[in-house]
Amino acid sequence: MAEEADDRKPFLSKKIDKFFTGLADAWNFVRRFWKEVFLPPYEFKEVIHQCYRIGVESLPLISLTGFIVGIVFTNQSRPSLSEFGATSWLPSLISIAVVRAMGPLVTALIAAGKVGSSIGAEIGSMKVTEQIDAMEVSATNPFKFLVVTRVLATTFMIPILVMYTDFVALIGSFLNVNSNELVSLSTFFVQIFESISFLDIWSSVLKSLLFGFTIGIVGCYKGYHSSKGTEGVGRAANSAVVISMFLIFIEELLVLQVVNAIRGM
Amino acid sequence: MSDKVVEIRGLYKSFGDLDVLKGVDLDLHREENLVVLGRSGTGKSVLIKIMVGLLKQDKGQMEVLGQEVSSLTPKELNALRLKIGFSFQNSALYDSMTVRENMEFPLVRNIKNLTKKEITYKIEELLDAVGLPQTINQMPSELSGGQKKRIGVARTLILNPEIMLYDEPTAGLDPITCVEINNLINEVRERYKTTSIVITHDLACAKMTGDRMAVLLDGQFRAMGTFSEVFPHAEDRRIKSFYDYNFIES
Repeated sequence: MAEEADDRKPFLSKKIDKFFTGLADAWNFVRRFWKEVFLPPYEFKEVIHQCYRIGVESLPLISLTGFIVGIVFTNQSRPSLSEFGATSWLPSLISIAVVRAMGPLVTALIAAGKVGSSIGAEIGSMKVTEQIDAMEVSATNPFKFLVVTRVLATTFMIPILVMYTDFVALIGSFLNVNSNELVSLSTFFVQIFESISFLDIWSSVLKSLLFGFTIGIVGCYKGYHSSKGTEGVGRAANSAVVISMFLIFIEELLVLQVVNAIRGM
Repeated sequence: MSDKVVEIRGLYKSFGDLDVLKGVDLDLHREENLVVLGRSGTGKSVLIKIMVGLLKQDKGQMEVLGQEVSSLTPKELNALRLKIGFSFQNSALYDSMTVRENMEFPLVRNIKNLTKKEITYKIEELLDAVGLPQTINQMPSELSGGQKKRIGVARTLILNPEIMLYDEPTAGLDPITCVEINNLINEVRERYKTTSIVITHDLACAKMTGDRMAVLLDGQFRAMGTFSEVFPHAEDRRIKSFYDYNFIES
């Protein structure tokens, strides 16, 4: 028994050491990003290229998901509201749910899966095939070219994608409401804009900026620190998704508390 | 001015418990082609990675072009790196870029105010020099192993380096392509007047490209001299077996 306990101790302490070293590494990585982002040279062309890849190439998936979310959420909410004879509140309910929570969350989770994993895998494979070293020895800054550009692109593009998802989800919802309750487009949108406030939109945008930054920085960090060949690349892509999703939920919870506090003022 | 380009004294490097370099001493002279030989895992690549600041030594002195590499600021290190070309074992071409973009990448970021015409001229000139002008718009995935090595060399030459470092230039290539790459190393040296270090375990490559051989064993250089001085009548059993195995294999 005593021997067993002795065996466990170094294993545990090793795990704890690894956890805190990883945390310190991640903190230094984020600090380096904030340091490098303001210093020249600026890689504008690469930022635009990454914005295109992250934004435009995610559109089909985001459109489909947003549209289905709108339809499904409307369909699922109708029976509960109809019990109280309140199906006319559907547009209000849907708009609040989509703009405040579902739009940002669904978009961020999809982007974490699609964009986060691709960033992790791409930078990871560049790392293990010495492409990052090749940039470094040719006196260029790989951090600026690979990390800063991708994090900026995700930070700028996720809010835009969120607004687009909100719009598509509301269109999906409208089609459902229109076919069941015969509500016109103008009535539907008037009800929507009456229900949501400026604070809802701002909090949604700010939250999306935070989600975008998280997806970018986690993907880059995991890729930049990958090792052990192709196995390491797979692991980097996988952990980029898992950690991003975990952080997105935590951030959602924290932002919700702050916004509710502001709303209560 | 001294003609010593690289001066290494008492260089130590370890990874965890594994001591890789244990007091390496070396001088490299201008326009010399030095071949560093040794079995896999003896620290040959580590040595040249310390030279360009990708790794840091634990102890000892590494002077390149009169500057101690470990004490340079990032800006000074980048200035030194411009004078060193590093050809990687797996070529390390950027997957997502065409050959043209690969070559443009270091050029436009380090030499400002070049016109598009000047950039294209420089790229085409170097692709001609390595015998691959037709690959300019191809992606690295469309190239063979030998072509990738050549493009990798062309990319490092675009900044006119004084020193060329070749990490296993013939690894994984067929014998004919190996000879072509060896010829290219010699051509680069003659044409661009570079000083070179070739890291290899391929004795045919060493014989073709090297003025001087340095055999790395157990973290130290155990033999140094011309090919005929070091091989084939080496007294050290390990060096002799290294020679025998290489030529029996080939």
